[in-house]
Amino acid sequence: MAAAALTNQLNALVNNMFAMGLLDDQFQQLQMLQDSTAPDFVSEVVTLFCDDGERIICELARQLEKPNVDFDRVDSYVHQLKGSSASVGAQKVKNTCIQFREFCQQRSRDGCLKTLDLVRTEFYDLRSKFQAMLQIMNRKAESTEKKKNCDAEAEGAS
Amino acid sequence: MTVVDAESRFHVLAVDDSLIDRKLIEKLLKNSSYQVTTVDSGSKALEVLGLRDEVEDPSSPSSSSPDHQEIGVNLIITDYCMPGMTGYDLLKRVKGSSSLKDIPVVIMSSENVPARINRCLEDGAEEFFLKPVNLADMKKLESHLLKRKQQLPMAAAPEPPPQQPEKPPHKPEEAAASTDATQTDGIISDCSCSSSSSKRKASAMEQEGLSSPERTKPRLSSSGLAVET
Repeated sequence: MAAAALTNQLNALVNNMFAMGLLDDQFQQLQMLQDSTAPDFVSEVVTLFCDDGERIICELARQLEKPNVDFDRVDSYVHQLKGSSASVGAQKVKNTCIQFREFCQQRSRDGCLKTLDLVRTEFYDLRSKFQAMLQIMNRKAESTEKKKNCDAEAEGAS
Repeated sequence: MTVVDAESRFHVLAVDDSLIDRKLIEKLLKNSSYQVTTVDSGSKALEVLGLRDEVEDPSSPSSSSPDHQEIGVNLIITDYCMPGMTGYDLLKRVKGSSSLKDIPVVIMSSENVPARINRCLEDGAEEFFLKPVNLADMKKLESHLLKRKQQLPMAAAPEPPPQQPEKPPHKPEEAAASTDATQTDGIISDCSCSSSSSKRKASAMEQEGLSSPERTKPRLSSSGLAVET
């Protein structure tokens, strides 16, 4: 029973994220790539993004705390985050990264710090929604597994 | 039509330092029925291709024989911006190698920089994809692989290693130009993640110029039209 309801829940969540501009077409590309040979593709990519994003944001904070900021290094981290957000379809985070890079080019510590705050907020917001998505996907996978086992049992019995 | 039989699928080597992008490109390629190997750096790519990350020694018999490659690779798709060896550096190494120069190379980048794109295409890249790459881009690879296959008189299947004894030049307009080391050095590496690689590249090219007779052979270079803006 759970599967249909879970699917609806998942669709509602994802649609909402699209509507709010958190996700773009690229996320749909990921969904299209998922298939029976890689049934966890989307959750794997999303998980990688969440872990990677966390790591980069911490590193950015660290770099910007230094008395002499290495803006090239900061830019290189932002470039990484921009790249992974683009690949995952994380539109809002990606766009903020673009702004962030401008401040890096300008060597503006102030601009960088403000944009870091913004990107952190947006990333955490996105991540919590991604985590909700992952939970639903896991429950779906479990319910599919259960159903398979029940069917197999029923078949064995008859 | 892409063959799906395991023995005769095209083998693509994908190079990207980003784990997410490697995962993505791998899935895209697999969904398009290619056999895929992914590596996270240009130097690892060279290892897979059978070249070490140093000056290729043309006098060594193994580097000129067709089966010195560990794995037969039909196409290389590489990210541009990578620490250490950039995708462009890798392109130059591949095109500068007698055994590998005919493997088609495709470059991917998240940044739309016309000078960068032109430079890659002029220096031998088949295509330049903007990231994120998608399934439609994968379709474009097929034509490069099939074109390559058709040029090889003996190739009946995509499996054989790409280099053959006699080979028509891939791009007839390529001039036998001398090394364009001075021209490329003028381009300060234009991606932030590889600020160290331009120095490495400069010194690597110096080394190659001194010690490798390869440099006197015609290279698939920019046919004298490298326009640096």
